[in-house]
Amino acid sequence: MGNMASAKVVVLPMIDKQTDHEPAAVKPSATQDVAAVASPNTPAPAAAEIPVPEPEQIPTVSLTKVLRRLLAQITRERIITAALACVSLGALFLFWYLGTKYRLEFYIRFKNVPTPYEVFQQLTQVGLSNKYLVNIAISVRRILTGFFIAIAIGVPLGLAIGKYQRVRDLFMPVVEVLRPIPAIAWVPMSIMLWPNNEASIVFITFIGAFFPILLNTIHGVHSLDGVLIRAARCLGASEFRLFLNVILPGSLPHIFTGLAVGMGVAWVSLIAAEMISGQFGVGYFTWEAYSLVDYPAIVLGMITIGFLGLACSGIIRMVGNLLMPWLAFAPGGKR
Amino acid sequence: MTMAMAEAQKGFIDVRNMGVTFGANDNKVVAVESVSLNVQPGEFVSLIGPSGCGKSTLLSIVAGFVKPTSGEAKLDGKAITRPGSDRGVVFQQYSLFPWLSVRKNVEFGLKMAGVDQSKRNTTARALLDLAGLLSFENHYPDQLSGGMKQRIGIVRALATSPQVLLMDEPFGALDTQTRVVMQEILTNIWQQFKISVLFITHDIEESIFLSDRIYVMTARPGRIKAEIKVPLPRPRKAEMTDTPEFMNLVQELKGLIREESLAAMAPEIKDRGLSGFGMKVGPKGVGEIF
Repeated sequence: MGNMASAKVVVLPMIDKQTDHEPAAVKPSATQDVAAVASPNTPAPAAAEIPVPEPEQIPTVSLTKVLRRLLAQITRERIITAALACVSLGALFLFWYLGTKYRLEFYIRFKNVPTPYEVFQQLTQVGLSNKYLVNIAISVRRILTGFFIAIAIGVPLGLAIGKYQRVRDLFMPVVEVLRPIPAIAWVPMSIMLWPNNEASIVFITFIGAFFPILLNTIHGVHSLDGVLIRAARCLGASEFRLFLNVILPGSLPHIFTGLAVGMGVAWVSLIAAEMISGQFGVGYFTWEAYSLVDYPAIVLGMITIGFLGLACSGIIRMVGNLLMPWLAFAPGGKR
Repeated sequence: MTMAMAEAQKGFIDVRNMGVTFGANDNKVVAVESVSLNVQPGEFVSLIGPSGCGKSTLLSIVAGFVKPTSGEAKLDGKAITRPGSDRGVVFQQYSLFPWLSVRKNVEFGLKMAGVDQSKRNTTARALLDLAGLLSFENHYPDQLSGGMKQRIGIVRALATSPQVLLMDEPFGALDTQTRVVMQEILTNIWQQFKISVLFITHDIEESIFLSDRIYVMTARPGRIKAEIKVPLPRPRKAEMTDTPEFMNLVQELKGLIREESLAAMAPEIKDRGLSGFGMKVGPKGVGEIF
């Protein structure tokens, strides 16, 4: 039952994402591409067309018809998406429910796995307690700190490495040596390096996010069409302007890929770091539950991690769509 | 037009004894050899030649992207060392910034020059109107057709009021019908702005229709093979392509270019002749003949 609630929450962000995406994409073409409009924005272009039709036609009737047809399409599309989401999540939930109900034993063992109901109870008991919420807040704070430091260093450095051969020659050897070391392998070193526990966990989160962001930014600069840089130079762009007005926006799609990947790795690294060296945090919460043989809390911790990760990548995608409305028209369609 | 007048007006391109060599030692390729040419202020000059003859390299030098190995290129008496907004460039590839709206693309050069927003806006809208694309000002480039993109590319290059316009096969990627329309649009725009144009093309009809003067280049290493004046009256109209004067010029240029196109091909093919080439291509492909 706890998971039915979660199933609904999972579906909602996906629909939100679509509604957020489309108006942003449609705005610039509102008057031209009425056919491409498939969003709640439809009244605006429709209104713009009102003066055009001949007097003998009654515009309102045809307009409502068109509107209705569009709405029908939207909802059908949405319903299918939502339904499929429910099916996949429902199947997972059902597997869990049946596994724990009949205590399945076929190589994997459901003997000690808590039932959905137990987890739901755990949520109502522990879920709204201070301890649980503080753990979430601390994990989110660590993620955001590490992630934003990774952006602040990774994006400018990536742009410079991508643009200048000499900077690349200087930094890439270090990057190539450090990159294969997983963030988790940094845990002992991090504890030695940093004065306190908090800083070392943030550092590990940073390491996790840093390399995907850096490498994707470099890739973004390299995949930028050289003719755009030449065009900007001809139009009088200075070196600084070139970075700000051409290289940065041109690399933005790849940078956002880096952010999405980096966020995922940051969560993996954070949870591992919290489990090993932590006080507080969702990873610590989950590991502590295991130590205390509190099985429902383990699952609650896992679900919490899943939701936090989902929310973070959802936010990144949303910000990306807001910042890069042109991608909706790019060859190859929406990302 | 006398030299005295040419010096007085802006937009005089002067290229002297230009040579460009790529690579070093054994890999050395002479792309351009002792080329001299000029574009008088307000003149429309085309550079035509077989592919690989270095005509785009020449344009890159005038644009300031490439430094010549020998000789020099000057604009109004000043040596060209790097790209600048005094020379507008239109590229063969679509070069609009995909993240900027059409209007912001046209405004780009003005923004770089520090022109304030309201003035940028007015200028950009006027230019878009000239290109017949004002209603698309808020579209993104990816929403437009190739011909529209190149029209915007042209007015974007004109926005900063450059002295010369350098065009590197700007219509090469367009279909024939669009290209013909674009040529007419370009002559109209050019007549309004009266700036010097150096136009690179491999299309004979296109070069005649647009130009006051045409330079024909040889196959690599590129040299100037001939200089042809186009005495057709202005404004040029699409119907002019059917006149005997136009046809004669086409024939003349075709003869000149054909020699060079053959010279540009592999020596083996040239020796055997084109018919031999056709005979010997077996099922395994062209490789068999070598």
